[in-house]
This record gives sequence, C-alpha cells and structure tokens, in this order.
Amino acid sequence: MKHLLGIEGMDRADIERILERAESFAEVGRRDIKKVPTLRGRTIVSLFYEASTRTSSSFELAAKRLSADVVSVKASGSSVDKGESLKDTIATLSAYGPEAIIIRAPHAGAAGLVAKWTDAAVINAGDGKHEHPTQALLDVYTLRQRAGDLEGKSIWIVGDVLHSRVARSCALAFALMGAKITLAGPPTLIPRGVAEALDVEVAYDLDRLSDADVVYALRMQRERMHDSFVPSIREYAARFQIDSRRLGPRQLLMHPGPVNRGVELSAEVIDGPNSLITAQVESGLVVRMAIIYELLAGGERPRSGGSGAPDDEELPAPTPIGEPA
Amino acid sequence: MRIAELDWRGRDEAREDLVITRASVLDPRAGIDATHDVVIRGGEIAELGEPGGASVEGAEVIDGEGMHVFPAFFDPHVHLRTPGQENAEDVETGSRAAAAGGYCGILAMANTEPPVDSAADISALRERAASEASVPVGFLACVTRAMAGEELSEMAELRAAGAVGFSDDGLPVRSARVLRRALQYQRLAGGNIALHEEDPGLSGSGVMHEGPVSAMLGMEAIPSVSESTMIARDAALAAYEAARIHVQHLSARESVEVMAAAKERGVAITCEATPHHLVLTDEEVRSLDARYKMNPPLRSEGDRQALIDALRAGTIDCVATDHAPHPLETKEVPFEEAAMGVTGLETAFAVLHNELVLPGVLDLSTLVERMSAGAEPFDLEPPTLAPGGDANLVLFDPRADWEAGADGWESRSENSCFAGRSLTGRILMTIAGGAVAYRQREFAIGAAS
Repeated sequence: MKHLLGIEGMDRADIERILERAESFAEVGRRDIKKVPTLRGRTIVSLFYEASTRTSSSFELAAKRLSADVVSVKASGSSVDKGESLKDTIATLSAYGPEAIIIRAPHAGAAGLVAKWTDAAVINAGDGKHEHPTQALLDVYTLRQRAGDLEGKSIWIVGDVLHSRVARSCALAFALMGAKITLAGPPTLIPRGVAEALDVEVAYDLDRLSDADVVYALRMQRERMHDSFVPSIREYAARFQIDSRRLGPRQLLMHPGPVNRGVELSAEVIDGPNSLITAQVESGLVVRMAIIYELLAGGERPRSGGSGAPDDEELPAPTPIGEPA
Repeated sequence: MRIAELDWRGRDEAREDLVITRASVLDPRAGIDATHDVVIRGGEIAELGEPGGASVEGAEVIDGEGMHVFPAFFDPHVHLRTPGQENAEDVETGSRAAAAGGYCGILAMANTEPPVDSAADISALRERAASEASVPVGFLACVTRAMAGEELSEMAELRAAGAVGFSDDGLPVRSARVLRRALQYQRLAGGNIALHEEDPGLSGSGVMHEGPVSAMLGMEAIPSVSESTMIARDAALAAYEAARIHVQHLSARESVEVMAAAKERGVAITCEATPHHLVLTDEEVRSLDARYKMNPPLRSEGDRQALIDALRAGTIDCVATDHAPHPLETKEVPFEEAAMGVTGLETAFAVLHNELVLPGVLDLSTLVERMSAGAEPFDLEPPTLAPGGDANLVLFDPRADWEAGADGWESRSENSCFAGRSLTGRILMTIAGGAVAYRQREFAIGAAS
C-alpha cells in the first residue's frame, strides 16, 4: 500500500496485516519506553482542515512513538476560504520532503487529490462525509480484541448514516471481515440507494435490534433538526437512543466519539460493561502507529537511503530504543 | 430568420467557391441521402451534382471520397462567459470552438457577470460578435432583472435590441408567479423562454445525482425529482398561458416522462439533452474527478437510456452542449468545491457519433437531425443542404482516429469530460453561412499541398 485513502479499495489481507502490526505495537506500549526508532529522521505532516481532538492527537502521538518528526498544520474552513488552494498548500508542505501527509478535510476526495499532488504517502484522516478509514480500522481492531473473529457477526450501525463518514468506512471494513451489516436510523438520515451501494440491510426502527451482536451508535448532531431531518431531538432519542432497555446483556456497544450524552446514548450504557468506547480511543494510537508503519516501512514500498527500515521478517517485534529520544 | 443573419464577422465577407466531390451527403430534414458533388457558389449550395460530374471551374476542389457532408450543427445552449469571465472564454474563442465542433450557429446564455439584462448589454455583445465571432452567434437575455428571479427584464426592449430569446440559465425561475408573468408578457415581446429546471429546495447544496453512488461517496445529492417537478410546474404554466417554453439540459428519466406527457397534451414545449448526459453516468463521479461535475448532474444508467430513447423518439428535440468553460483552478479542487460545468462544443458530434452511432444505438440520420434541430425553438431556420440555401455544412471523416484534446482546444478552457478519449470520426471542415469557419489543421495542410 502506498496510501490509505479509504477502506474502499482495501482487501481483507491489508486489514489483517495492519491489525497484526497494531498488536505488536500494543506490546511495545506496555513497556517502560514506548518509543521505537523506526522512523527516526523522517518527517510526517499532519494537516487538519477540520477541528479534531482524538484523531489529530492520536496521529501525532503515533508518529512520535515511531520517532518521526511531526509538523502539525491546523487550518480552519475550506482551502478556498483561506485563499491558498489545497494544491498550493500541498506543494508548499511537500517542499519539506515529508514521508507522509495525514489529512483531514471537509470535502470528499481531498485525500485522493493530495495523493496526486505529492510524493508522500497520504493517510486520509476523514474526507468530508466520504470515508474515515483509520477510525474503521481501529474499530475492527477493538472489536476483534473483545469479540474475536467477526465472521458472521451481526453489526448494527445506528443513527445519522447520511452525514457519517464513519458509517461508510465501518460498514465497508466490518463487511470485509465477514460481518453482516444493518444500517438503522430515521428514513431522512439513511441515504437513498445505500443498501445497494454498500450491500447492507436497512432498518427504519430498532424493533429487531436484539438480533445484533454489536451496536455501533453514530453521533447525532443537534443541528439536524433545523433541516427537518428529524422533528426534534426528543423524538429522535425516543426512537433511536441506545439505552439499557434496548441494549441486551450480550450486546457490545461502540461509538466513534464524541458522544452526545442523552441523545444517541444514555449515560448508563456509555459507562456500562458492554461499552467499548474507551477501548476504541486506546486502540487509536496503536492502529495509527501500525498504519504509518505499514505505509512508510511496510516492506512493499522501497525506500531510498535513510536508516533502513526493518524487513517484514523482523516483525512483529519492534524493539524499543535504548535511550529516551 | 436565417442563422447567417445572426451576428458574426463573416456576415459581410466575400465567399469563395468550393466543390466537395463524391461525398456522402446526408440531410434527413431535406430527404437527401446520396453521393454527390456539393457545389458551393456565392455562399450558397448551388448544386448537388452527380458524383464527379459537377463543374469545378474557379472553385477550390476538395476530395470528399469516403467523407460525409451533413448540415452544420446548431447549439442553443452555450456559455461564452463574456462579459466578466473572459479568463474562461469569450466570443472569439467560444465561437472558434463551435466552428471546430461543426457548428454554424450558437446561442449564448445570459448568466454572465453582470448578467445580460439590458438593451445596451445586447447591443454591445452583438457588436462584439460582429467583429470577433467565427460563426453566427445569437444572444439570449435574462428573463428577470439581474437574474434575481424577482422582476421581469425589459423583455420587449431586449427583443427590439436583438435578443433571440430569454433565459435565466444557471438558475431556475424559482417563483411560479414571476414565470407566469414572463409567459404572459411573451405575447408582447415574443421570443422563446429557455428554462433551467431545478427546485432549489430539493437540490439544496447537492453536487451530484442522488443514488447509490452518492450514498457511497457521502456527498450531498440532487434528486431527479428536483428537475422533473419543475418541468411539470412550468409545462402547466405554459399550457395555461398558451405560451411556449424550451426546457434545457434534460437529465432524468422522470423528466422525459413529464416532457412526453406535456407534448401529448399539446403544450408548446421543446427540450434538449447534452452529449455528457447521453454518454456518461454518475459512475464516473466515483473517481471524484471534478471534470465530471455539472448541473444537472450525470445521472444513472437508467436515466441515460431514457434520454437516448427520448432523443430517438423525438421527445427530446435536439442536442445542446451546455458548453460551460471554467478555468483550471476552479476544477483542481475537491469535487464538492469545484465549479459546475463542462465544455462540449468541440467534442459533441464526434463523441455522440462514436458512443451512440458506431455501436448501433442511434441512427446517424437521427443524430444529424438532432444536432441542428435546436435552431427551430428559437425561430431560426435550421440549416439545410437543399440547393438555394446558405451553405451551412460540415465535412466529416468517419474513419479518422483521434484523441480528444490531444492537439489542444480552441476553447480557452479545457474542462472537458471527454479529454483523452479515443474517437473514431472527426470534423475536417465547417462552413457557416457560406464561409469556411474551420479547417482541421492536418486536413488544411493536406489541402494546401
């Protein structure tokens, strides 16, 4: 893999490889010195055109754990609003010779465009409402840690599917791992044609939610009621909130965060024993380390010069470095 | 009115005599389909002679063996971007692109910056065309003042100044009340009203067709009913006011159904479809390449098939390009941010010939007829090859292989969704109003030697 632009275009083997590597990094994370020297002297640019706490911080920390130098650029609004075009911004940042560019942008396909304009490996950290592949990969990782093989598991993704890049990437990734996907939500927030596009089931109520092994709730933005997507947050919560009444004792609960307490999830399930929400955040770091590693040192991508990335055979066993870097 | 009476720089120029020998001459409207020597003298079709038998004295002779001669095309929907966006196109470059595409006349839309809504604007554009245009150019004026959709433009004065018709293209006439007034006023002002049909509430800030592809890409989408419901509304208004309207760039199956029903009821309504809607679908948008962004958007395969059937049946009257030039920087951005529109003049016939005629989907004669039928809704006589008329014709080599855009474009912009496509069949020469408006470069060099 040269870039990670979306789950679309990946196969199961790609995902397995990244998850295995993430497990080896989880091992490193339990040691006293959590850093590996793999990317020492290499530069990674993190370019965020949208506000983000967990994604940007976990990417930054992941890159630092791999000993890379990280340049973080935060820009608000669209590239056009800023005056400088995305193309020019990428040309500018590419002049630093980064090995990877991590980009979040408010528009679909932004990461794909960046990949055309730079020699660096490009990681899509969310492009509009299109894809958020690293979130999906960390979700698969988290779920496998807890539930094992996903083959044949029933996963319900519940809520505002229309505006969710997480829903799209997760549906694709879970399906690649053999799970059966149901998208559930108010008909106004389920995109027309999505059953055909993603080969999933669609439900407009939660009557059959008990079939699910995993319930993946999506963030419901309060602004949605202004566009008549839902009559009120109260009615949405009454029909679609995941609470202890709807969530069975054997069902696992996931959410990409940040959670609107009392809207898509009730407080008791967020903190309940079936919740993987905290585990998802923890997984973010090792999975993003694995993704960066896969693209920059994964062996399929010949590197010129540099410190010499370890071969695939040396893994999974990244060695911690001896002194603090 | 004859197309050649529109404004262009060739109107008062001397005409050279020309004979195209042994060409396969096809003019479905005039019932001509045979091999002839085409004799052009004094800017008119003087004779369709026996192959090899025409007198060539004093004329340039072009060997038409194996070539087609068709009536030249007419495009009722072109954006020349002047005034205001001359970095994208102007009268000179846009009309040159038209000539290269085989057109003997085009109509320019009024959604310029500022919009064309005064007699002075029309006069200035006509003067410009008279000195710069390679082919006859007619100008539409806005239906509403400043294209704001609220008050009527001075339609009668605009007509007197030479506006061929009216359109707020780029935007729908949102208010049914305002459109109704315009249709009533048409009895005084005359001139057809060309309508961009779209319900702004349904389209929202959509950027592509609503369907499985938009569901996959997560982009806000424009449903087919955004178009078809407005056509239904406006057909009802036109019927009620006994007015006539021309519906622009049909894209959806539902719209075809509404058009067929309106025509069946006898409403004075015509419509057009573009080459890109007849050839491409929203599957192209999966690439997220902004060259595939336009409004109305590329729709589904089912919609495309409905458009082809309707073009064949005559429910769709004509092909129009909606040639919409944009500078590169407005397309080299994420899809959702990119400008809407594609160029089309230089590829329209070649693409439709390659994609619909060669595979046997559409008869050559049907395509040739529909390529110039866009003149009639705007009260212009469609081009004909019948002797005695203005020479408006194209010379087409059906076997020439070429790549669209490989030799550059005549248009100032290159936002073609067919750039790079390998095509069989190429326009070698366009004669508009009796004057040679275009010769393909290699063909011209060959002819000179």
